[in-house]
Amino acid sequence: MKKGYFGQWGGAFIPEVLYATFAQLNTEYEKARADAAFWQEYVELMGNYSCRPTPLTYAENLSNHFGGARIYIKREDLNHTGAHKANNVMGQGLLVKRMGKKRVIAETGAGQHGVATATMAARFGFDCTVYMGEEDVARQRPNVFWMEKLGATVVPVTSGSRTLKDAMNEAFRDWVSSMDDTHYVIGTVCGPHPFPEMVAWFQSIIGIEAHKQILQQFGRLPSRVYACVGGGSNAMGIFQGFLDTPEVELVGVEAGGEGIDTDRHASRMTGDRASAGVAQGYKTMFLQNPEGQMLDTHSIAAGLDYVGVSPILADLGEQGRVRFEAATDKEVVDALALSMRKEGLIPALESSHGFVQAFKEAPTMAGDEAIIINMSGRGDKDIFTVAHAFDDPSWKKFIVDRGNEYSK
Amino acid sequence: MVRKSMELQTELQQRLKKKNILLMTHLVLGYPSLDTNKEVIEQMALNGVDCIELQIPFSEPIADGPVILKANQQSLEAGITVEQCFAFAAEMAAKYPDVCFLFMTYYNIVFKYGEAAFLRRTRDVGLVGTIIPDLPPEEGEQYFALSKELELAPITFFTPTSTAERMTEVAQQGEGFVYCVARRGVTGKQTAIDESLDSYLEQCRQATGLPLAVGFGISNRDDIAMLTGKADMAVIGTATIRLVDEQGAAAVGPFIAELAGAA
Ligand SMILES: Cc1ncc(COP(=O)(O)O)c(C=O)c1O
Repeated sequence: MKKGYFGQWGGAFIPEVLYATFAQLNTEYEKARADAAFWQEYVELMGNYSCRPTPLTYAENLSNHFGGARIYIKREDLNHTGAHKANNVMGQGLLVKRMGKKRVIAETGAGQHGVATATMAARFGFDCTVYMGEEDVARQRPNVFWMEKLGATVVPVTSGSRTLKDAMNEAFRDWVSSMDDTHYVIGTVCGPHPFPEMVAWFQSIIGIEAHKQILQQFGRLPSRVYACVGGGSNAMGIFQGFLDTPEVELVGVEAGGEGIDTDRHASRMTGDRASAGVAQGYKTMFLQNPEGQMLDTHSIAAGLDYVGVSPILADLGEQGRVRFEAATDKEVVDALALSMRKEGLIPALESSHGFVQAFKEAPTMAGDEAIIINMSGRGDKDIFTVAHAFDDPSWKKFIVDRGNEYSK
Repeated sequence: MVRKSMELQTELQQRLKKKNILLMTHLVLGYPSLDTNKEVIEQMALNGVDCIELQIPFSEPIADGPVILKANQQSLEAGITVEQCFAFAAEMAAKYPDVCFLFMTYYNIVFKYGEAAFLRRTRDVGLVGTIIPDLPPEEGEQYFALSKELELAPITFFTPTSTAERMTEVAQQGEGFVYCVARRGVTGKQTAIDESLDSYLEQCRQATGLPLAVGFGISNRDDIAMLTGKADMAVIGTATIRLVDEQGAAAVGPFIAELAGAA
């Protein structure tokens, strides 16, 4: 198979001006990958700086509530900066040091990847610019605040649909001028080769840990593993721990938005609005019209609000190794409410998509089976969106009062 | 009337016997409207433009700067379709046989149409080649092969970051001319025409026998005068779009005439 391809998906559809940049990146990545000391350095950094290994929590109350499979939750929310994004970012940071570059740029949707990149840049002493769709800047304001305080420049992107894909386009536009001293830290398992493979490698730390932990705690492999799928990095991360064990079913949950039969969702592998295409440097299933123009997407979770999906997951879906489902905005808010009440866990709206599907299936499974849900991030960043979705009166009053105070 | 040769490279080389430097202009189809595009093309053709790039809009034009990005978006918002672009290109190619028309677009547009179908129709409507900035030779093997079979020129790129080795490799895949990107970055910003550009163009010249077109940030008489003798064709992109935005289609004729005068 051609390098950088997964079945028919992937590739590196890059403008010629980036040819040399990618050649260097490929060389450094392959060197790092062949060097056991690099991985060792990475694991130690994540242990010392970011709470790794993250726990695998047995959710006893939720398990009893549904009365079926035993539910285990992989706690990526406990990473520094509150999501699995830190794994990828710190790994790429180590690579940037090896390449001798001084500046990093990133796209961000929810702002989690932006915050993680800004954090990494602060720690390693890089300059940092984060591109973020104007719509996401508005709905994820707290993360913008943190990025700026961490020393990053946040650039709101006003072109296109003003969300993640547009932020990615802008980051590419920066990179084609700045590549001599700048690395583009792509936030998920998408984009031109080697990004999908490289980001999947850094995220595989989730699955390596989870595999070991479930054997220790449950004594056997789980029947199913659930993860939400935006670009697909947290899903690829945990799935890689179980890819070689076909008895473990892998379930990716996409953003069903207002329903996959409406035009307000971001489901590429479920529903019938996506088709094969080439954009943002790679070939995958894109939400696009028949002429190849990308469609507007919608999700309550900014991090899942994206037109494409990892070429690796497109391939695993096509092979039947990963089953794809979708969760609606409303189901997501309900699953989040239940997780808080029953377990005291606050999954991110993104992560809650995985919870929805697990909650649907757990009751139909036997009591001696286990499932794992990847809790990709914590939900407190979503307080504005969640409080709005709950229509919480005392929160609204607080916002109004604070607003009045500031406008005095 | 000069009959356009089927082969773009030969055609350009013949023209170079009579002119010191050729001109290629660019426009985004449907921006601000196909009617305005028509007026602009007429002015370009009457004032001696050699090649025109017709850009089929795409929702994710990653190699383009703010001006062309906005033009892509507005054209799409107004409802432009690939079908309309083909029909329009057919009409222009028939009306102005002295101008060599090329399609410029991003690969997804071609991919969704079907490579073979897209290229056949491009040839059938009378275009001479295609410029696809996000399709490197490594990903476009079939595309390059089929283009050559159909006697369409698949344009390749040199950039200031290209090594001599890479230039040779890329040029072997392309036909017609090589598009030499004058600087890093996206379309639309001014390029300094200086010594480093000279040595870059010398390096380009050594890598290929194909004519060299230089684009990105070429916008006035002086730029073109400076390029004469070093490059074979100057590419004017964003500058005409800006001009039409600011002064309307009628301003294009005098602008091109002035540039042609410098050439
Ligand atoms: C908490 C969280 N989960 C999931 C995602 C989606 O990304 P991916 O599918 O790459 O894991 C994001 C993206 O911002 C996120 O912040």
